Amino acid sequence: MEMHSSTGLSSRKILMWTFIGSECMLFGSLITTYLVYRGKSVVGPYPEDLLNIPFITVTTFVLLMSSLMMVLALAAVQRGDMRWGKIWLFMTALLGMVFLGGQVFEFSHFVHEGLTLKTNLFGGTFFLLTGTHGAHVAVGVIWLLSLFFLAQRGRLTQANAETVEIAGLYWHFVDVVWIVLFTLIYLLV
Amino acid sequence: MSATGATAAEGGIQSHESTYSGGPWSWITTVDHKRIGVMYGLSAFFFFLVGGLEALLIRLQLGSPENTLIDPDMYNQLFTMHGTTMVFLAIMPLSAAFFNFIVPLQIGARDVAFPRLNAFSFWLFFLGALFMNASFLFGGAPDAGWFGYANLTSTQYSPGMRIDFWVLGLMVLGVSSIAGALNFIVTIINLRAEGMTFMRMPLFTWMTLITAFLLVIAFPAITVGLVLLMFDRMFGTLFFDPLAGGDVLLWQHLFWIFGHPEVYILLLPGLGVVSEIIPVFSRKPLFGYAFVVYSGILIAFLGFGVWAHHMFAVGLGPVANTVFSATTMLIAIPTGVKIFNWIATLWGGSLRMQTPLYFSLGFIAMFIIGGLSGVMHASAAADLQQTDTYFIVAHIHYVLFGGVMFALFAGMYYWIPKITGRMLSDRLGKLHFWIMLVSFNLTFFPQHFLGLHGMPRRTFTYESGLGFEAMNLMSTVGSMVLGASMLIFLWNVFWMLRKGEPAGANPWGGSTLEWSTASPPAHYNFRVLPRVHSRDPLWAEDTGDSMLGDDPGVPEPHMPGPSIYPLLTAVGIIVMAVGALTTTLPVVFVGVGVLLFGVYGWAFQPLEH
Repeated sequence: MEMHSSTGLSSRKILMWTFIGSECMLFGSLITTYLVYRGKSVVGPYPEDLLNIPFITVTTFVLLMSSLMMVLALAAVQRGDMRWGKIWLFMTALLGMVFLGGQVFEFSHFVHEGLTLKTNLFGGTFFLLTGTHGAHVAVGVIWLLSLFFLAQRGRLTQANAETVEIAGLYWHFVDVVWIVLFTLIYLLV
Repeated sequence: MSATGATAAEGGIQSHESTYSGGPWSWITTVDHKRIGVMYGLSAFFFFLVGGLEALLIRLQLGSPENTLIDPDMYNQLFTMHGTTMVFLAIMPLSAAFFNFIVPLQIGARDVAFPRLNAFSFWLFFLGALFMNASFLFGGAPDAGWFGYANLTSTQYSPGMRIDFWVLGLMVLGVSSIAGALNFIVTIINLRAEGMTFMRMPLFTWMTLITAFLLVIAFPAITVGLVLLMFDRMFGTLFFDPLAGGDVLLWQHLFWIFGHPEVYILLLPGLGVVSEIIPVFSRKPLFGYAFVVYSGILIAFLGFGVWAHHMFAVGLGPVANTVFSATTMLIAIPTGVKIFNWIATLWGGSLRMQTPLYFSLGFIAMFIIGGLSGVMHASAAADLQQTDTYFIVAHIHYVLFGGVMFALFAGMYYWIPKITGRMLSDRLGKLHFWIMLVSFNLTFFPQHFLGLHGMPRRTFTYESGLGFEAMNLMSTVGSMVLGASMLIFLWNVFWMLRKGEPAGANPWGGSTLEWSTASPPAHYNFRVLPRVHSRDPLWAEDTGDSMLGDDPGVPEPHMPGPSIYPLLTAVGIIVMAVGALTTTLPVVFVGVGVLLFGVYGWAFQPLEH
């Protein structure tokens, strides 16, 4: 079936952009819920008791660097350099996993301090919002590792640059969402 | 205008019986938009009858005061499932049936942009529909209304699995709808025939595109609401627990931010259908094409700004109520624009009084009545009396049944010849129309009076001596005849399949590209992709290129092969839902496994094989 295109753009790219638009509404609704319930918890622990901005700044930096790795991965694949393409893809996934590790560490610390999903509205909205984001990062990591293993087997080549680009779009979106979350949850307490 | 059967291509346009041949496995693995459309249509009609049966039981119970036919608990399940079924399992999939079958043909494409994603959407819808209805067998169906207000839906006030069936079922249906909408957005943006600019697209395709955008923007809001509710029920969070600072209004806002655009999701496809039929049956191009397009876009846009008109009685305050009253009244304007354009199209046209036009005219009349009561509710002050009474029930049925269903029936009579290759009986169609029109009005018009006299909604009975008896009896009798009128339609379909005349390519003299293909079309739709130079390619003088659709001199194009992975992926999701419903984690993990198997199989299977 010929891959017709009325716009000159690839259908898969348009699909990913439109999906990202839909996801903006999803995160928007979750963020709104978080903001509407801010300051409404009847019992503690409260955000000011627990949020560790220095720590999260580091993990945020890690996630931002992973986006840089992604850019480098795409550039490598586009010029046919699969050796560096693999390296950067793996690095992107690795930094994503480090970020997730940081989230797990922070979550278990909060639980240890007495904040769970059920403790109060802060617990519910915080874990739901950051947890949904973390789930999106995890899906991205699985996707990137899959691309890495394909490349290892020689089944991902320069011809598949668009596939890497689309994975990159998703990854950068997830990163941008984190920037919004970091700002609203941690910086604007 | 091309006549029935004869086209510019010599050798005629053959009917392609092979479009539907093959055993059950070929249907289970199909990725052909036409077959998927047929499956959506059959499922949707089945659930329309299920929802209709639920309605008839409600009407039987309300036929006399203090009736004991249906107890309060069953009554709550019936009105909840009637609403949920009609909205999500009947109207939306029926529209999807037309999106699927017709849109690729109208834009001159061979299929949608992502055929396997399309199959996935269908199977997830179908399995989700079965999942939700299985509740009747496992402890009872959802019973908190189709809008599931918190905190009635909390485990405290709704113990058991009923609401969990509802929450999980709707989440599943949401994924199906979003996937389908994404597919249609890409298809319409990127697979149009050469020369088909946006302002040359058929109106039905335009309304499909707008509806798809509404879907991808509105559904995430209810998804979040459902997640919050699910977490409260399953994990003990406090999102809707007033004692912990939770706000039950948050549910209402999230639900209606979805729910109001949802009614335009239900309506716009029907408006598209009528916008196709009226020009063809007036033998005139649509009057004010651009205005009809822009008003559709405006309705969608404004539709996001009116949601709190469903909340006038909750105490939002005078400023909010005033703003939403104003925006709600505004939205009547683009709708009115469309109606005037249809009337102007009919005016001076050479009218062909056949069944599709009858239903389209019936739609216009009934929708105007529904719109008038709607404008009455738009006033927050007046709505304080009308809300939660039968006046609202009358409004919603005039716009959704008198409006949307009449339009979709018009679409069925119009496009079934293209889908099956045979003509329905026009005589039986007109009989169906008249009986449906009269009985529909007998059923719902009295409800305006019942509402204004104070009869509340969602209440299993009413006291005698309040003056409600006569109107309720009329409504019940009307509903029985309305139900019976469906049998005329079913009989017509049955008769058509055995004895209907061959339809040929263009039995109605339509102007859009679907009428240039065989009936039913070959599985590849067009041997040569058409090229268009106007809005009404089959009416235009330059029929040269666009009629090459089935030139046998050109080899048959290769089409994507069948695939089991879309169904498997859908099964994985349903297994996860069953695991969540029964809170058995191992089942959830099995579901995840099946899902991953389906997704990876799908990703690594080449499109053509």
